[in-house]
Amino acid sequence: MPAIDTATRILISSGRVIDPATSTDAVQDVYIADGKVIAFGNAPQGFTADMEINASQRIVCPGLIDISARLREPGQEQKATIATESLAAASAGITTLCCPPDTDPVIDTPAVTEFMRLRAEAVGKTRLVTLGALTRSLGGEQLSEMAALQKAGCVGVSNALKPLLNPLILRRALEYAATFDLTVFLHPNDHWLANKGCAHEGRVATRLGLPGIPEAAETAAVAHNLALIEQTGIRAHFCRLTSGRAARMVARAQYDGAPVTADVAIPYLYLSEIDISDFDSQCHLIPPLRTVEDRQQLRDALQQGTLSAICSDHQPHEPDAKLGPFPATAPGISGLDTLLPLGLRLVEEHAIELVDLIHRLTAGPAKILGLPFGTLSIDATADICIFDPAANWQLDSSTMRSNGLNTPFMDWEMKGRVTHTLLAGKLVYTLD
Amino acid sequence: MSRHSLQIDNNGRLRHFLCISGLNRQLMTEILDTAESFAGVSEQTVKKVPLLRGKTIVNLFFEASTRTRTTFELAAKRLSADVLNINITQSSTAKGETLLDTLRNLEAMHVDMFIVRHSESGAAHFIAANAAPHISVINAGDGSHSHPTQAMLDMFTIRRVKGPDFGALRVAIVGDILHSRVARSQIHALNLLNTGEVRIVAPKTLIPVHAGSLGAQVHHDLQTGIKDADVVIILRLQRERMQGALLPSEHEYFELFGLTEEKLAHASPNVTVMHPGPINRGVEMDSDTADGPRSVILEQVTHGIAVRMAVMSMAMSRK
Repeated sequence: MPAIDTATRILISSGRVIDPATSTDAVQDVYIADGKVIAFGNAPQGFTADMEINASQRIVCPGLIDISARLREPGQEQKATIATESLAAASAGITTLCCPPDTDPVIDTPAVTEFMRLRAEAVGKTRLVTLGALTRSLGGEQLSEMAALQKAGCVGVSNALKPLLNPLILRRALEYAATFDLTVFLHPNDHWLANKGCAHEGRVATRLGLPGIPEAAETAAVAHNLALIEQTGIRAHFCRLTSGRAARMVARAQYDGAPVTADVAIPYLYLSEIDISDFDSQCHLIPPLRTVEDRQQLRDALQQGTLSAICSDHQPHEPDAKLGPFPATAPGISGLDTLLPLGLRLVEEHAIELVDLIHRLTAGPAKILGLPFGTLSIDATADICIFDPAANWQLDSSTMRSNGLNTPFMDWEMKGRVTHTLLAGKLVYTLD
Repeated sequence: MSRHSLQIDNNGRLRHFLCISGLNRQLMTEILDTAESFAGVSEQTVKKVPLLRGKTIVNLFFEASTRTRTTFELAAKRLSADVLNINITQSSTAKGETLLDTLRNLEAMHVDMFIVRHSESGAAHFIAANAAPHISVINAGDGSHSHPTQAMLDMFTIRRVKGPDFGALRVAIVGDILHSRVARSQIHALNLLNTGEVRIVAPKTLIPVHAGSLGAQVHHDLQTGIKDADVVIILRLQRERMQGALLPSEHEYFELFGLTEEKLAHASPNVTVMHPGPINRGVEMDSDTADGPRSVILEQVTHGIAVRMAVMSMAMSRK
């Protein structure tokens, strides 16, 4: 048998193939050649596998697409690098990562996005795509050279978590991006209402005396952005909704035909303001964790499809970043390792059907990003995740692959584990 | 680890003193009784007891303070401890040293207790969770979260003036509740002592959301808020609140919420007036009231020493 790296013809046998994009859910063999899916069921004439992966009792689905992951390179390599996080992504079944533009330097020139893509290609474990900066240096004032960024490979534009205070500039940025059919990714957070808060303005923040971020910081920004989206008819995407009310506003706009999509990060489907009760800095997130009711309403919006993607919102940190008084710690969770297992737990808790979960992790984000991946149809790029849905394992420092160990889910029992990951027909990960 | 188990050891003894919310009534009463026994010490010619002889206590202040730091220092000295004052705003963290590094360095000097004041909520909790096992941490105020020794000295003062039955009392806290660690701790303490009525009085901009869940009735009118009150606690209004659109002016605040003898007529005839200090005269209260016969503001300062002696000796006695 040839070495793994040179295997070009792969047979994945006896797995349960689930591909929401083609409404497939059947136990069948998958044949791969030259990086593409070439057949299901019976072997094509003359096909001899260089390698066979027995996927019996396992689920075979498109490689996962994570719409927001910060890899910390360039700029914060003490936290993580493209190399370390690419390996973590591959071990988590993630074949496409989308990085927001708030690197250092910011992704506002073709050079930065090219650097990142070349780095990821050199590692060869996962595909990396980027969002370009909506404004130069994310400063919120001057438009970035979006056409150049698109040409260099940016799949959308965003101002990340930096404020865009002037609505006229936002309108023009939307229009300019639409000139090139670039989707604008918006983080709905009213800068003034958020007012340097670090926790949801609610019962827990009141008790702990933490500066609060009101729900209205999100809903006011959603309303404000929707007004511009509806006025211009320009496509936009809302990143990381945290409140049930914002999700309902987006659902209403979608019902009215506005070209708008939205996603949720998986921690918000499990945690709430209650989890910061003991000043647990691992639960320090921006935007903040909101109420238990919001968490349920986000789950409902996910199931209904208002939220068409789940992301990890991966933000790895070095340990020191979380050691300090709560408001002084760096926000964010290291999330690549837990994206699929926490998703599967939602299925276990009957919050979502398995096929819908896989949709929100594959075809859903592919559509938002305008990428041709996230499906297992014939001739599709063979990005494939194979996982054992019954495998139990524990998340700890020995099982986590990300360089960032900052997660409130540490020591949780997980069910469902990735056993193989294929990137464009190449085996990039096998569980030992 | 929850804050409750963090500050109370397995035998129900005080290990650290971080916030009021983890205490029970019995422990609070013990603190007050112990403080009562120490109150006499300050009145003697030799104002010292040898309880903490040989112990080193570090006043670790990341935020400016005169009254709290001084009373902690006096309390420690009256317990015969050695006291080290460290003003961190001019010290290592200004040079980039992390909070944890500062702690480790002080621990290496074999100290026994940290008295911590910090501008971030949760700072004392963080330090207690990360300090070496033999070190006790006393919270001298963290952000807008907690200032438990201030609340205890206020309870001590109320008990001395009004007697031990808090159930018969109406207590009104007036001022910037939103940013006040003192108010949060007082509300917890008053509730733990089963106070008859706890009210908070301020314009809506200075009341946090879900304030009722703290255990207090919310009032936005001073007259009704202090009506028949037995104790009125006035909080300091920080001048920077005039920025950020929380209030239009000191003048209007004083008109509506500033305490005067005239407005105090709405309270019980035997009302006691308190203030944690320092006072902005003419902003949250006028001088006649601050210096008037119903004011116990200076007694509060005196009691602060006894209460801090009590808390320090209790936290150290478990060893």
